[in-house]
Amino acid sequence: MAERRLVWLAVGLIVAVLVFMTWGARGNWGFVFTFRGTKLLALLVVGAAIAVSTVLFQTITANRILTPSIMGFDALFLLFQAGLVFVLGGFGVTQLSSGLRFAMEFALLMGAALLLFGTLIGAARHDIHRLVLTGIIFGVLFRSLTSFIERLIDPNEFAVVQSSSFASFNSFDADLLRYCVPLCVLGISAAWHYRRELDVIALGRDHAVNLGLNHKRAVLIILIIIALLVSVSTALAGPVTFFGLLVASLAHLVVRSHRHATLLPAASLCAGIVLVGGQAITERVLSLSVPLSVAVEFLGGLVFLTLILRGTQR
Amino acid sequence: MSLPVRSATLLALLGLAAASLFVGVIDMAPSQLLRDSEALKLIAISRLPRTLAVILTGASLAVAGVIMQMLARNRFIEPTTAGTGQSAALGILLATLYAPGAPLALKMGLASLTALLGSGIFLLIVRRLPVTQPLLVPLVGLVYGAIIGAGVTFLAYRADLLQYVSIWLNGEFSGVIAGRYEFLFVSGVAAVIAYLAADRFSILGLGRDASISLGLNYNQMLLLGLVVVSVITALTVVNIGMIPFVGLVVPNIASRLLGDNLRSSLPFVAASGAGLVLVCDIVGRIVRHPYEIPVGTVFGVVGAVIFLWLLYAKRPSHG
Repeated sequence: MAERRLVWLAVGLIVAVLVFMTWGARGNWGFVFTFRGTKLLALLVVGAAIAVSTVLFQTITANRILTPSIMGFDALFLLFQAGLVFVLGGFGVTQLSSGLRFAMEFALLMGAALLLFGTLIGAARHDIHRLVLTGIIFGVLFRSLTSFIERLIDPNEFAVVQSSSFASFNSFDADLLRYCVPLCVLGISAAWHYRRELDVIALGRDHAVNLGLNHKRAVLIILIIIALLVSVSTALAGPVTFFGLLVASLAHLVVRSHRHATLLPAASLCAGIVLVGGQAITERVLSLSVPLSVAVEFLGGLVFLTLILRGTQR
Repeated sequence: MSLPVRSATLLALLGLAAASLFVGVIDMAPSQLLRDSEALKLIAISRLPRTLAVILTGASLAVAGVIMQMLARNRFIEPTTAGTGQSAALGILLATLYAPGAPLALKMGLASLTALLGSGIFLLIVRRLPVTQPLLVPLVGLVYGAIIGAGVTFLAYRADLLQYVSIWLNGEFSGVIAGRYEFLFVSGVAAVIAYLAADRFSILGLGRDASISLGLNYNQMLLLGLVVVSVITALTVVNIGMIPFVGLVVPNIASRLLGDNLRSSLPFVAASGAGLVLVCDIVGRIVRHPYEIPVGTVFGVVGAVIFLWLLYAKRPSHG
């Protein structure tokens, strides 16, 4: 049953991809395919990374309203960007080879993510609302610190920071793609490898321990995977708060399964459909008059609100 | 409020205000006032209006926070975490787009109206939330505000006003000179009205049933509260921009120190709100002298840290 719905999602994604690749295409097909193909690859990778990391995060926190980005992680990424420019100077940052810069950001973010999520989850496991609120306030704090640093930076160097602070599904850094795609594939395959353990973790800590799972170790591994996926997707696309929430909820709605073997592909497929289809519509119908990220934020926010309000009715 | 606390607060506020007069791009010592007419002009045109604007804004935002907390019966919200600020921004953006020539007072009126609408809807949502989960309310408020904010971004993006909006929403006082802040006195008046009705707002905070059985015209007071909060928020957003957390941390600290009798605590709330914003404004002027860091940014950092502390610190047992 769930598997058949998965097939429908796959068909939907293929349709979206076909529309995205061919709609309104004129002229040299070779050029169109390379140009749109790169963008398509980036959209699919980013979408899948965000979707998988959200599902994993929701599993280890046993809560359907959480995503790493609601916990302030995207804002942390921007803070690092600004901090890097502040320490090295805009010139220094552009002098770094893109590989080195990416490696630095990545290492810092991985460490910070483990620290942030680890302490938050450990400290406030029993009070989910306080946990979420803390995350959101951390987000505000990081964003304020970012703009504080931005003010300290030389105005000429400000542009270096500014370019990365707005979510964009329209322009991707081709250099970054080279590093991000393999890392995302690595992270997603790792998540897939642990799909059965994830099912066990979803039962709750006590059941998982009873069933013979090394719970602490498993959660740590999952956290590392999440940190990897979130860092990479944020580096590629910028901050999106509610996107993961939106696609994870869609996946739950469509497949109605708790098995990660279905849930993970379903969420990834939903993310692909929303991103690729949405991008096709914003490009062709709205001629880029509305950034996709804004529409996604709006819809995701509504989903979040509905989830909270419905959760309290039960 | 005991006399020592009262006089200490007042003294601190006066000291900060005096300091605010003598911090800025142009170095000026107090002694110059006696012999230099240019210095007097500087004070009259720029420094005094700025200091007054800071005091008015800080005091009225803190009062708006208290009233909002009474209306929603929740300690963890304020106008910027309840969609009020974002609704006001939506109103002023709509006015800018569709009636660019309208006088400023009219635009502020429209912003107050949308703020009223936005916070009214928020209160309706809050009423459906269970009382047993107090942290749910700010959570819902933040997301509600984010959704309205997405609407603002959407409109601003289409009209190519994104940069304008983001600069204009970040609260700062650097643009304040004589002739460009006087509307803020209206929000001061709104705060005074709140003070005159303080006892009734205290009763309102007990909830609908309790206040009706105590003989309060509940709906009328609710509307008055919403109007006070909306006017203060809209005027601040239009003239200064958003300063997050003022309405949140100041009332919480006041309530820990003095309890919830608004009649006696409101003056302290107003004074500490003004004082805290003054501190942040002065810090913003000093850190990167001769450039400035907006007060909204400084307060975002300070306020977030205080809020996290409030969230995790245990309440003292005497409340």
